[in-house]
Amino acid sequence: MKKIIAAGIFGLSLATSGLAYAEPVKIGVITTLSGGGAGLGVDMRDAFALAMKQSGNKDVELVIEDDAQKPEIAVQLAEKMIQSDKVDLLTGIIWSNLAMAVVPNAVAQDVIYLSPNAGPSALAGAKCSPNYFNVAYQNDNFHEAMGQYANKDYKKTFILAPNYPAGKDSLTGFKRYYKGELAGETYTQVGQTDYAAEIAQIRDSGADSVFFFLPGGMGISFMKQYAQSGVNIPVMGPGFSFDQDILPAVGDAALGVKNSASWSKDLDNEANKAFVEAFQAEYKRLPSVYAAQSWDTANLILSALGKASVKDKDAFRAALKAADFKSVRGDFTFNTNNHPVQNIYVREVVKEGDVLTNKIVATAFEKHGDAYAEQCKM
Amino acid sequence: MSIALLIEQILNGLQLGVMLFLMAAGLTLIFGVMGLINLAHGSLYMVGAFACAAVAAATGSFWIGLVASLVAAAAAGAIMEVTVIRRLYDRDHLDQVLATFALILIFSEGTRWLFGSFPLYLDIPPLLQGAVPLPGGGQYQLYRLAIIGVGIVVAVGLYFLISRTRLGMRIRAGESDREMIAALGVDIRTLYTVVFALGAALAGLAGALVGALQSVQVGMGEPALILAFVVIVIGGIGSIKGALFGAILVGVVDTMGRFLLPKALALMIPAAQAGPIGAALASMLIYIVMALILAFRPSGLFAAQS
Repeated sequence: MKKIIAAGIFGLSLATSGLAYAEPVKIGVITTLSGGGAGLGVDMRDAFALAMKQSGNKDVELVIEDDAQKPEIAVQLAEKMIQSDKVDLLTGIIWSNLAMAVVPNAVAQDVIYLSPNAGPSALAGAKCSPNYFNVAYQNDNFHEAMGQYANKDYKKTFILAPNYPAGKDSLTGFKRYYKGELAGETYTQVGQTDYAAEIAQIRDSGADSVFFFLPGGMGISFMKQYAQSGVNIPVMGPGFSFDQDILPAVGDAALGVKNSASWSKDLDNEANKAFVEAFQAEYKRLPSVYAAQSWDTANLILSALGKASVKDKDAFRAALKAADFKSVRGDFTFNTNNHPVQNIYVREVVKEGDVLTNKIVATAFEKHGDAYAEQCKM
Repeated sequence: MSIALLIEQILNGLQLGVMLFLMAAGLTLIFGVMGLINLAHGSLYMVGAFACAAVAAATGSFWIGLVASLVAAAAAGAIMEVTVIRRLYDRDHLDQVLATFALILIFSEGTRWLFGSFPLYLDIPPLLQGAVPLPGGGQYQLYRLAIIGVGIVVAVGLYFLISRTRLGMRIRAGESDREMIAALGVDIRTLYTVVFALGAALAGLAGALVGALQSVQVGMGEPALILAFVVIVIGGIGSIKGALFGAILVGVVDTMGRFLLPKALALMIPAAQAGPIGAALASMLIYIVMALILAFRPSGLFAAQS
């Protein structure tokens, strides 16, 4: 009798390990699908859903909800997904302030969170967690890259960002690598739409270049007003203000601007070609950095699901950490703090036919980690 | 700091003030005549910007887009008045705030449904592109000068409309005594719809003009609405003249604050701290000014008699 039971258990365990792929997996996607920031969330969701669809994996169930870019709603959704939907994994958040509201709480309940965007410094350093995987970047990365690149051509840069944590991180990141002199350092209001006063100061400052971080509509407003102001000082910034979701609204004013990102449409690798083609065929538009990161997040999850059961947290975490997937960004590994080690590129805005897009002109960093990994004890 | 920079910043303040005036004039008119708090005024501003961007993209002409923005915002305003707002005149302000807040959500999601989640493109017309030289060696964007011009024309036009025309007479009468003017046989319902559409058209015009300078996107109206409320509270609710002075005061104080406060602070504390602190103080400045004015003149600078 004992033998039969033992054989049965053995058989069952074989079956479960063999069927690791077949058990249903629930993934909670909290992202911004309404309001002014919806463009980013829509790209995130579309790329994620497309990657899942292409994999042909029928066992993955997505629970997608709109956080309306509000931290309190994101927190409620996360609670709902963990408590009543019983999701195995959480992902999707675009904004750092929402991530800060949701992630520490979720990972404390032993839910694995994968960030497709947003990498606040706290979560990379002291508050890092084995349950938190950032597949995108640490917030400072793109700004650091621009600071590094600016050393080549510029000696006196005027820097500008909104007066909130990510804005301050941005200028800190830029200054960490920039060696020249600052012509001025200005903080604007969050959500500011008129930059005439700042542009007048730039004109007066004698700067030889301008670095700005103004995400979303703020960047569109700034670029349009800057182009019309008669100031001819070259501008640069992180890729957020020059990405596929924003370029059509900025128009030709963005042509020639250098910007930094971990991904570009023209990155030469098989995974990226397949991704850009599939995304364009499905949605009739070019993908953005957010879409690329989200695509990678989905493929990372799929790769881990192929290796381990999501119910076996330790094995699944190890499978995620191995990052055994074909990233559209080329080489991709996880640092000790579960944040990416990747190349950061400098791109230039160009026109292909009628469409504004980016092409890579330089590599600012190769295999770049982040400044906070040392503070992470896990 | 050069003279040219100072002149440029004063013009910037003036231009911001003029934009605020276009928003605030409609808001204060509607509040003065109908006693209605319309939170959805910012949505009409957004409607104007989207109409201008969509029509300009389809026809290739900013000017046709500008006309479309006036028509679309006025029509949206009139429809809003007839279907929803009309039922709110006799309710208290809390009901009005709730209902018009609901309208904001409906307009925002409706616009997103029609135009998608990505910001639209709207460029300055070729005629107004570029910059003109300023005395003192600076340069100023031509389009912003044109906005200041439009604001002056609208202010003068409104002055004549209110003080010299029959419609203006009725508006003034409606402000002072609603029941009496209805009793005198004036069709008060139509008057209300016309005033509402006029206020909406001004907001739409502001949206279209600003849309060419910044991004045309869902939710663009609410920040402008908050400033417009500050303006009418400073100027005195119901007063067009108050809206004009309030708007220019807010525009100039806000711009000069953003420009001068960090510089002034940098003389006292290290520059790295002066930046963020100055920016934070500058964003509070107009509210401080508002509080000061209300402390001395509780009903605003040019209060319409209540």
